[in-house]
Amino acid sequence: MKAPVSWIREHVDLPADVTTEELARRLTDLGLKLEAIERPGHDITGPLVVGRVLTKSPEPQKNGKTINWCTVDVGDANGTGEPQGIVCGAHNFEPGDLVVVVLPGGVLPGDFAISARTTYGHLSAGMICSAAELGLPAGFGGASDGIIVLPPDAGAPGDDAFALLPLRDEVIEFEINPDRAYALSLRGVAREAALAFDAPYADPVDRPVPAADGEGHPVVVDDPDGCPVFVARTVSGFDPTAPTPDWMARRIQLAGMRPISLAVDVTNYVMLETGRPIHGYDADKVTGALRVRRATAGERLTTLDGTDRALSPEDLVVTDDSGIIGLGGVMGGETTEMSSTTTRVLVEAAHWDAVSMFRTGRRHKITSEAGKRNERGVDPTICEAAADRVVELLVAHGGGTADAGVTVVGTPPAPAKVTVAADLPARVSGIDIDAATTRRHLAAVGCGVGGDDAALDVVVPPWRPDLTDPFDMVEEVVRIVGYGAVPSVLPTPTAGRGLTREQRLRRRVGRALAGAGLVEVVSFPFTGEAALDALEVPADDERRRTVRLANPLSTEEPSYTTTLLTGTLAAAARNTGRGMPGIALFETGTVAFASDVAAPLLGVDRRPTDDELAALLGALPRQPLHLAVVLGGQRDNPGWWGAGRDADWVDVVGVVRDLAGELGVEVQVENDQLAPWHPGRCAKVVLVGVDGTRTTLGHAGELHPRVVARLGLPARTSAAELDLDLLLAAVPDAVRGPVFSTYPVAKEDVALLVDAAVPAGDVEAALREGAGALLESLRLFDVYTGAGVPEGSKSLAFALRFRALDRTLAEGEAAAARDAAVALATARTGAALRG
Amino acid sequence: MRRTHNRFAPGPRHFLDWPAARRPRPRDHGALLLFDHRGKAPMSGPNNEFDPVEVTPLKAEEVEAMTEAALAAVAAATDLDALKQVRIEHTGDRSPLALANREIGALPPQARKDAGQRVGKARGAVNQALAARQAVLEAEHEERMLVEETVDVTVAVDRRPRGARHPLTTGAERIADVFVAMGWEIAEGPVLEAEWLNFDALNLGPDHPARTMQDTFWTDPAENHVVLRTHTSPVQARTMLTRTPPIYVACPGRVFRTDEYDATHSPMFHQVEGIAIDEGITMAHLKGTLDHFAAAMFGEGISTRFRPSFFPFTEPSAEVDLVCFVCRGTAVDADGATCRTCRGEGWIEWGGCGVMNPRVLVACGVDPERYTGFAFGMGIDRTLMFRHGVEDLRAFFEGDVRFATAFGTEI
Ligand SMILES: [Zn+2]
Repeated sequence: MKAPVSWIREHVDLPADVTTEELARRLTDLGLKLEAIERPGHDITGPLVVGRVLTKSPEPQKNGKTINWCTVDVGDANGTGEPQGIVCGAHNFEPGDLVVVVLPGGVLPGDFAISARTTYGHLSAGMICSAAELGLPAGFGGASDGIIVLPPDAGAPGDDAFALLPLRDEVIEFEINPDRAYALSLRGVAREAALAFDAPYADPVDRPVPAADGEGHPVVVDDPDGCPVFVARTVSGFDPTAPTPDWMARRIQLAGMRPISLAVDVTNYVMLETGRPIHGYDADKVTGALRVRRATAGERLTTLDGTDRALSPEDLVVTDDSGIIGLGGVMGGETTEMSSTTTRVLVEAAHWDAVSMFRTGRRHKITSEAGKRNERGVDPTICEAAADRVVELLVAHGGGTADAGVTVVGTPPAPAKVTVAADLPARVSGIDIDAATTRRHLAAVGCGVGGDDAALDVVVPPWRPDLTDPFDMVEEVVRIVGYGAVPSVLPTPTAGRGLTREQRLRRRVGRALAGAGLVEVVSFPFTGEAALDALEVPADDERRRTVRLANPLSTEEPSYTTTLLTGTLAAAARNTGRGMPGIALFETGTVAFASDVAAPLLGVDRRPTDDELAALLGALPRQPLHLAVVLGGQRDNPGWWGAGRDADWVDVVGVVRDLAGELGVEVQVENDQLAPWHPGRCAKVVLVGVDGTRTTLGHAGELHPRVVARLGLPARTSAAELDLDLLLAAVPDAVRGPVFSTYPVAKEDVALLVDAAVPAGDVEAALREGAGALLESLRLFDVYTGAGVPEGSKSLAFALRFRALDRTLAEGEAAAARDAAVALATARTGAALRG
Repeated sequence: MRRTHNRFAPGPRHFLDWPAARRPRPRDHGALLLFDHRGKAPMSGPNNEFDPVEVTPLKAEEVEAMTEAALAAVAAATDLDALKQVRIEHTGDRSPLALANREIGALPPQARKDAGQRVGKARGAVNQALAARQAVLEAEHEERMLVEETVDVTVAVDRRPRGARHPLTTGAERIADVFVAMGWEIAEGPVLEAEWLNFDALNLGPDHPARTMQDTFWTDPAENHVVLRTHTSPVQARTMLTRTPPIYVACPGRVFRTDEYDATHSPMFHQVEGIAIDEGITMAHLKGTLDHFAAAMFGEGISTRFRPSFFPFTEPSAEVDLVCFVCRGTAVDADGATCRTCRGEGWIEWGGCGVMNPRVLVACGVDPERYTGFAFGMGIDRTLMFRHGVEDLRAFFEGDVRFATAFGTEI
């Protein structure tokens, strides 16, 4: 809402020395938030004076244009009193006319400095100004196009034009919250200003209106809930060519709207002034009675923006004998629109049901100044006054006469009543506010206040449909007392339990991964088929079951993702594209898998039952927390110490294993094949439960070379994605302090020859089991194929360490345990001990 | 002095020549294993040689000459290797003094004592000299080695790039820590949220104009009533529905709005929401909590102010401003210029808050006659932007490692 300060002051008698900043600040403190202060015209500096055109010689130019070489009397404003020579491109004036002249040294909006300059062969010393050049609305001064021609009695040559024209004003733009719809009018803004400065206030709707007489244009309201009040007035003999008065056009312009024509401007002006949207019909195009009803299915209307709309049975429409002529309160129809030939204006000032307005506006995607007010709630008692004000302005500026008949259908709803405990403002705000203060402030916002000092009976003013609850009254009282009066007191919560287990574990994961040299990224979770195609995710893969958005920002990414890799890999490619030699990233976030179940919309008048709540929560898509890791390019930098090393699948599987180790979770890896990984270098990470159940946590390994190339990643880029919820759930609650032997260690190394297809993990597991209780640790330290190893086989070298808790191992004990380990590996995997 | 990279590393070898620690591959570990744990150090055999007995070496002048020769040799040894040779030559089995000692047995008993003393003293003097010289040479050796091993420690040592956590993560943790320290707990909820929890339960009915203020991502089909949560407030509702007061809970999390992506808008951003529900809670407790939060995040003395505002789930509602932590409310910076952080306002818009609307308490099963509550919410991304002078919101979501790395693992 843009409110010109001069207009505010018309309705409230503010002290003259109140600055615009002060006014804006005080109104902000009351809840009308300052958005911006504009100072139109303050970017114009003089000399800007009245001039009388003395001569005007048209001079055709080679470029086809004709310019006018003029001399203009500017009085003494030029210091010499001599006529001022000025070249002017406009033609809508004659010698003898009074015009507005900016002389050299003046500055026009846009930092346009005026100086004497030679143009079209003349020294042009200044400019004869148009409305647009001065920032005034088009049509100002009666000229729809061209320079401003002042009335003959406007002044004398050399007079200061700032005193003559409404050039300078100050405009406060407010951000009006939905509960303060009354402030979408000068009436409301001025009321708040009066409240802020305790200044006298003149309500613009406080005017005598002619009584309804049943003689006006006939109106039938079939749906009084949708349209409780409908007022119709008619003006006849209106001059459609009459211009909008300059002051009105300027105010409409400063308020952020565009002046159009007198009839339209008057309705908009009254809306800005009172908050009540008005609709004007060309009365000669209306046939028969106006009727308000709901549309029926299949009905259509072409609104005055030219759009043909299919109507809903919920839409409120206005009809005449020809059919539907308007979407009530939202937008009029084309057939009865006012035009440049309209001489009879039928004025509609109706109160509409706000919810219906909101729904219709949304349904038809119409946002308008009228709709914005109607859907938030307008004072239902001002229809007659607003209509009368429109009639008054139409007659005053467009000629014609007000028809005698006045139609009023319906009565405004009774004002709401709220009972408020007198101490509620104090109890809610923590400020010492007594009952008298509460009464006074509620009265100041327009409430009727009765009751006793324990409970106040408050009658809500008609322009405040937002005041429905006792707490609403609290806000009214406290905002006037001032939010600055709220003391600062720390509450005393009950003893807390700190972070949850999951919250602590998530921090632990982040620290462990950062400690391993990985950098965390945060990506958008939006994805699409193309992104999943790029990862070669098969059509029947669960990861295709994305949650689709009804209104995605991008048609390329219409879904909430099922895999973090789309985002993390994009971040990896971005880093690579920016010249990073290596990438080591991780990301945690939830993914989602589509659910077919609808979530219920419950009531709000009570807590849902446990069953209702369970159904609600159960309907949501499954949203596990995932972890993604990407490693590619240089893992270790080259330097004076030697060559660097690129990351490969070993690194990423290592990151996963180390993370599990950090968390105390035992995971196993199996060879697997899954997109987007390299089919021969993909590890399935498995969680083994205490009962032996095997749960897949996710996958890790080198990406498929096609995926790597497609995404522009370094060769051999590797990645992992795990279900972090599952991993964290497996973390033991309290680690038992380890008991370890300090006796000498016995080391045994074995080299085993196995078929190349046998997973090393299987051999390792067999050795571990076979070695028995004396085994302290086992580590695969080499894998070898080549000379000395038969084709199709591989040699696995393990280092075994044996130790007993209670003694030094006797000669041969370790060797026996080693032999037992090898024997089991042989039995299980066909491993043969190498000599 | 002009220094070049190949001159500033004293020592026996140029540092660039140091071999990379690289294992030759492939190599057959199997063959190597054959020699493991098998070898024993070769043992020297017993010395059965017989030396003929002579008596002349036991004469005093002979012993003295031997001693002097030995001491001279010790003194002449300039390094540990030379000293080792001296030790062998003058105290070894074949050394003159050792040979002399062996002959003592051949002397008549009355002469043995004298000779024994003489030779023993001589050997003692030589051993002492050897030990002293050994100590000196070892010290010299160590000193020389330390000099020789000197490197230029200013050379780059960035073998592996440092990791980092994202400032949005650590920022949310820092905020959480502030509230946990006050005895609050941290609650979370899903981002794909029931429409009822995101809107209706929070007094944002389907026809509430404020719904259009929150440009919502709806999931398809809309009849399933699931949205991408537009604020962390549904966690409020979840918390009230599942806990009984007193409740003191902060909820950091990811939220979504259909905003086009630019330097100050993002379809995904982060909020922290806080709610307190207890008997006798007032706006004063809200103010106290936010003042404490502001001081904890921005420094001692940084407080807040309230401006009336509107949120459907709170009544009364307020917007919270923060005293500018750069100019401390003066609106000018140290040089007297307009403060850039607050753009000369002296205050920074921080978030929204208010007293819990009793309608929300009712929908979430809290008795509004017994309990009151407050709620507040602010953007984490926005908070971090002005706290750390981040100019472009997109820096948080691009994943450029240089961004997160600057913040380390705590914020
Ligand atoms: Zn500042």
